[in-house]
Amino acid sequence: MTAANPADSNAVAELGLEGGAAPGRGAGGPSAKRVYVGYGFWIFILSDMVLFSAFFAAYAVLAEATAGGPAGRQLFDLTSVAWETACLLLSSFACGLASLAAASRSALWFHVAMAVAFVLGAAFLGLELKEFAGLASAGDGPQRSAFLSAFFTLVGCHGLHIAAGLLWLLTMMAQVMAKGFRADIQRRILCFTLFWHALDIVWVAIFTVVYLLGKAP
Amino acid sequence: MSETREAATGHDGDLAPGEERLDGSGVAQGVRGYLIGLLLAAGLTAASFYLCFSGLIYGPAIPAALIALAVAQMGVHLVFFLHLTTGPDNTNNALALAFGVLIVTLLIGGSLWIMANLNHNMLPMQRIMDMQR
Repeated sequence: MTAANPADSNAVAELGLEGGAAPGRGAGGPSAKRVYVGYGFWIFILSDMVLFSAFFAAYAVLAEATAGGPAGRQLFDLTSVAWETACLLLSSFACGLASLAAASRSALWFHVAMAVAFVLGAAFLGLELKEFAGLASAGDGPQRSAFLSAFFTLVGCHGLHIAAGLLWLLTMMAQVMAKGFRADIQRRILCFTLFWHALDIVWVAIFTVVYLLGKAP
Repeated sequence: MSETREAATGHDGDLAPGEERLDGSGVAQGVRGYLIGLLLAAGLTAASFYLCFSGLIYGPAIPAALIALAVAQMGVHLVFFLHLTTGPDNTNNALALAFGVLIVTLLIGGSLWIMANLNHNMLPMQRIMDMQR
């Protein structure tokens, strides 16, 4: 495909994309599209972290405000949290392997790794929903106390991100199946892996601050 | 359409966030990086869960230890999964992250500080209720 069409290669040369020589430190032309698309998504992820940090701040402030109801010590089941943690970490790992498969354009390994990442992510979501349903049916739903409102907002927001990520994961598998490893699909895969790894980082903060610190003697 | 991809994987210019510069045996090297990250992250997670209940460390120091382990694990994820480096091809990504960390620190630290102060200066709830009688 390179230089098959002289008009194309001219456009590429004008944009300074041919060597990708844009160190981002005041020299060279615009960066390659993959670099600035990824960078834009990186900025989105960081702003998402700011959103989560506001929920973390609210949770930390309200963790003692149980309104006479149960505290985290009575409610949390760390065995289930440990399984959730394992699922999400392995899902993140599988997603990393999928990005390697995409880089080497191996459709089979890409689909296998993404399917593993999906199953583990769905298992995480199932465990979390089971925990939420158990709490709500025992009357400890978000309306019980400020502590439980903050808990459901923070952990539920992460769960919603995971649910959206699972839909995105299936979309990426379908797009690779239908369109192959085109440059635009590769950029979307890059953004998806950023998203999925970032959600695992948020979960590290959640299991430490919410569950372990809530349960710690 | 493949030009941009080749440009991005060439050896000049910036790297996209999450992108790794693999030399030589690309895939094997990449898998090795993810495996190291997985082992370190699993080890740090196991250490957090274990420390919480083992009684291995002094009780009041447990929160500090747990937070230190969590920060370490986030670092492992950033380096081995998101491939963030301090190299010149990652300057923009690292600076954006540094700014994000600054905002997150201000938001969480500031909220806790202000609310602890307010709590400290507020009358106990029982006395407020007594006064309203």
